[in-house]
Amino acid sequence: MMTSAAPVHTPADLADALALRAAHPAAWLLAGGTDIMVYLEAHAIDPPAFIDLWGLPELRGVDSRGDHIRVGACADYTTLIDDPAVRAHLPPLVEAARTVGARQIQNRGTIGGNIANASPAGDTMPVLLALDAVLELQSAARGLRAVPLADFYTGYKRTVMAPDELIAAVRIPKPAKADRLHFRKVGTRLAQSISKVVLGGRLRLDGDTVTEARLGWGSVAATPVRSPKAEAALVGQALSPSTIEAAVAALDGDITPIDDVRSTAGYRVRVAGRILRSWLESLRG
Amino acid sequence: MAGAGTTPDDPYIGRGFVRADGPAKVTGAALYVDDVRPRGCLYGATVRSPVARGRLKGLRRDPDFDWTDVVIATAADVPGENVIALMTDDQPVLAHDELRHVTEPVALVAAPTRDRALAAARHVEVLYEALEPLFDPLKAADNPIRIFGDDNIFSRLEMVHGDGLDGMAQAEAAGARLVRGSYAVGLQEQLYIEPQGMIAQPREDGGLTIFGSMQCPYYIVKALKRVLGHDRLNVVQAVTGGGFGGKEEYPSMVAAHAAVLALKTGRPIKLIYRRDEDLQATTKRHPAFMTYTTAVDPASGRILAADVDLLFDGGAYNTLSPVVLSRAILHALGPYAVPHARLNARMVATHTPPNGAFRGFGAPQVMFAAERHLDRVARAMGFDPVALRRTNLYRDGDVTPSGQRLFDVASLEVLDRALAAAEAPLPPSMVATRPGGGQAAGRRKAGRGLAIAWHGCGFTGNGEAALAGEADVSIDGHHVLIHTASTDIGQGTDSIFPAIVADVLGVDVQRVHNAPHDTADVPDSGPTVASRTAMVVGRVVEQAAHSLLDALRAEAQWPGAEDADFDTLLERRPSDAPLRVRARYEDAGAEWDPETYRGDAYPTYGWSCVVVDVEVDTDTGEVLYRRLVQATDVGKALNPVLAAGQLEGGALQGLGYATSEAVVLDDRGAMRNNRLTNYIIPTALDAPPMETILVEYPFAGGPFGAKGIGEIPHDVPAPAVAAAIEDATGAVLDRLPMTPEAVLDALEARETPAETPGAAR
Ligand SMILES: Cc1cc2nc3c(=O)[nH]c(=O)nc-3n(C[C@H](O)[C@H](O)[C@H](O)COP(=O)(O)OP(=O)(O)OC[C@H]3O[C@@H](n4cnc5c(N)ncnc54)[C@H](O)[C@@H]3O)c2cc1C
Repeated sequence: MMTSAAPVHTPADLADALALRAAHPAAWLLAGGTDIMVYLEAHAIDPPAFIDLWGLPELRGVDSRGDHIRVGACADYTTLIDDPAVRAHLPPLVEAARTVGARQIQNRGTIGGNIANASPAGDTMPVLLALDAVLELQSAARGLRAVPLADFYTGYKRTVMAPDELIAAVRIPKPAKADRLHFRKVGTRLAQSISKVVLGGRLRLDGDTVTEARLGWGSVAATPVRSPKAEAALVGQALSPSTIEAAVAALDGDITPIDDVRSTAGYRVRVAGRILRSWLESLRG
Repeated sequence: MAGAGTTPDDPYIGRGFVRADGPAKVTGAALYVDDVRPRGCLYGATVRSPVARGRLKGLRRDPDFDWTDVVIATAADVPGENVIALMTDDQPVLAHDELRHVTEPVALVAAPTRDRALAAARHVEVLYEALEPLFDPLKAADNPIRIFGDDNIFSRLEMVHGDGLDGMAQAEAAGARLVRGSYAVGLQEQLYIEPQGMIAQPREDGGLTIFGSMQCPYYIVKALKRVLGHDRLNVVQAVTGGGFGGKEEYPSMVAAHAAVLALKTGRPIKLIYRRDEDLQATTKRHPAFMTYTTAVDPASGRILAADVDLLFDGGAYNTLSPVVLSRAILHALGPYAVPHARLNARMVATHTPPNGAFRGFGAPQVMFAAERHLDRVARAMGFDPVALRRTNLYRDGDVTPSGQRLFDVASLEVLDRALAAAEAPLPPSMVATRPGGGQAAGRRKAGRGLAIAWHGCGFTGNGEAALAGEADVSIDGHHVLIHTASTDIGQGTDSIFPAIVADVLGVDVQRVHNAPHDTADVPDSGPTVASRTAMVVGRVVEQAAHSLLDALRAEAQWPGAEDADFDTLLERRPSDAPLRVRARYEDAGAEWDPETYRGDAYPTYGWSCVVVDVEVDTDTGEVLYRRLVQATDVGKALNPVLAAGQLEGGALQGLGYATSEAVVLDDRGAMRNNRLTNYIIPTALDAPPMETILVEYPFAGGPFGAKGIGEIPHDVPAPAVAAAIEDATGAVLDRLPMTPEAVLDALEARETPAETPGAAR
């Protein structure tokens, strides 16, 4: 049974939340609670207190601002799925959100919680990596700082976030017209499924030639990762069969999956290569 | 809806009447065991073995834990015999000397709250001397590490049919081709949504009332008599959230534990398993290793002889394994006539948690092997798989390996009806619409597979005659009560029995109810298992309803009573004395020799054909289901909606068995993926559209002609899926589960060099 006797602080606004965060560095931030409740049930955590972010309007909205979209950390998946700007500019993020858990989790789970929870299997991070997303980290003492998601994770479930900080928002640049976007989740089933491999991709093409490549991956390393070697194998090249095979071969040097209860390292390596190949081949038309 | 005293215009049987348990379950009014909290109740928790094998040296309580409100019970607190009475007396209530499997119960704790009880259990350390365990069932027989008897074999069966192996030699000499194949299946978890749970409540007379989630109240009575050393107990079924066999024998263990704590504390005890605990500690479907050799006539495709070897892994204790093995060997050749056969079967012991009852009870394992083997024959000898089946299917008058002559065989009809239904256009591709992408053209391959099942309904051999199950019907004012031990575990007993009685009496079904399944009141109608409840107990209930009419007529002193209807008889009763009648199972004269396994193995058989359409994602090995068609002989659909529900739910469980339900064990034999997030059962999104055809070949021994249908839908979805994967990709899979990992391995083994990485043109 999921129980915790720990007190829950309910801040009135963001400033209040940041003050509470500074005053109680050991307290856990609580957004949708969809990860936290699982930890409590498994007796994996025993927090002294919670700070509830769910009700804070400053953290919830989605704004389309010029060249980027700013998503509040507490935006839930249903909000992302329904938001017109996200649908228009970031279809792979909508796709990713649609694969999270099922409806109940989509109504409650948040993008900030997904990022901060730092699971290598989190489904939004590969897309956000491919889109060059930047996190707004905020603290009472130092105000706001911007950290690219690609620099956020330092190791398994470790991040650069300071004990007095929280994620306020995610800034996602709007992709260019020439960008080809992709999301692919290989899970255990079609709903309520933790990923075995996730790929978020963005490729900028000038005619036949790749001018920019971003490949974000989930469940293939200790953290969500990009694959710089595979990306490098693509940039400046025509998207020919040999380029594609070079990228797939280079991917081996980028990812370090493990055997776990859901799948094997061998399966993940092979599937990562195969879904990358399939996507790239589909772009050749 | 008709009120009390009215009679229905139409009979209920054969129509989709509303299920009796539906409203309470939908509104949340139904009380499951965890919804009930008796006054003064303490909570129980179980301390379990951390090792697969060891000698128990004692228990150590964490000195830093507050033990003031905690009671601990061990084997020394078992008042009667420290044994869970089942087939053999090998399994203790609580381990006292040897630890035989990880998660084996060693001690119990009781505390005022559930959290306290769980915390206390975590602070009891089991002290042991580790011993070398035996995990490999293939090495279990005669292994110097002893688990059971002097050879680690729980049970062994051999059947010889026709000329046995001589028939094989003769066929081979006459030009038949021998085809040999090996097949294997893994563990499967029942995954009832409600975990195991029980309340034991001390009674004023010093006895106990057991209340909880279960299939078989009288199993618990029988087991607890020995544990308690007396029979001052009654067992009451709570609303039960699924069983699938997992609540056939295991609840005796939970009840025994709750009882031991209740006696020690003098307080009611509530013992509810956590999901992770339930998955690690309770029984699963037996893994099996199966080798088939058949002699096949190259011209006609007729199977002339078969040699079958079955090895089942029973785990650390015997439970019901011998009965599982019995059903396995009797179904091992599938629904096909084979004139000569030898069949060998062994159930071995290993140091893994015991395996036990699960929907199908040995049949899904062997029918996977039998159907895959037929596909192997087709592949090796160039036959069309469907034509090969048609050639060999049982027909009226054919004789089974036990020597039983079959009549009213629906095999060809289920095949033809399923094939005809599968002609309809397929629903849209799942791949194109599923969340998460992967719709890239050319990366998926479509295929179709077919498999056919037969399933013996009811107990094997003379089981029903030996049990002689009973049912009562009584009058309660204007209402009629049915008293049986046949529980409703979601399959519809509380709806079906009242409909049978309502039709016999000609009254509104709203006036007929199943009485609470309390052994203080209901007779022993046998366990709720083996596809027997509607067919066997339903017939006894039907007879009891006729007896009720007879009894009313007998007490009526007025002319014309013999033709009067139920309500007239009721109105004109000479007194309002209680009236309760009993009926008992009547044997139709089955002949069965349990020594030689010759005779009528089952009262009747159901028949089913499954056609599955899949799409295989060749990048990932994922199998996506596009449609499942089944045509199944149900004898008579007592309630077509409930019948189709059973068949569709069973088929979906069969699809889980096919591709996703892998049990991953750690190096102690403990289930690693013991959570709903990683033991992968299909969700609604994974379930394909289903087309379910009810074929009705009535069984004279069942109520209104009904046969048992609870298990047959689980029997052959898995081999149909394997055939569909083969049809789509050419990859041959002969082991379950066919996870994406296994399918991808099989696909890669087939890929031509030109398609492998680094060799693109
Ligand atoms: C049944 C089920 C299915 C699931 N399926 C999926 C799935 O398919 N894919 C997937 O990726 N995940 C899945 N999850 C995991 C979970 O739903 C997601 O990770 C979700 O996004 C977490 O968000 P939350 O708001 O619920 O986080 P919470 O549980 O509230 O918090 C998670 C962590 O993030 C921290 N945190 C939350 N908000 C902030 C913030 N603004 N700043 C800093 N730290 C913060 C918390 O302190 C905590 O450490 C599933 C979970 C369940 C229970």
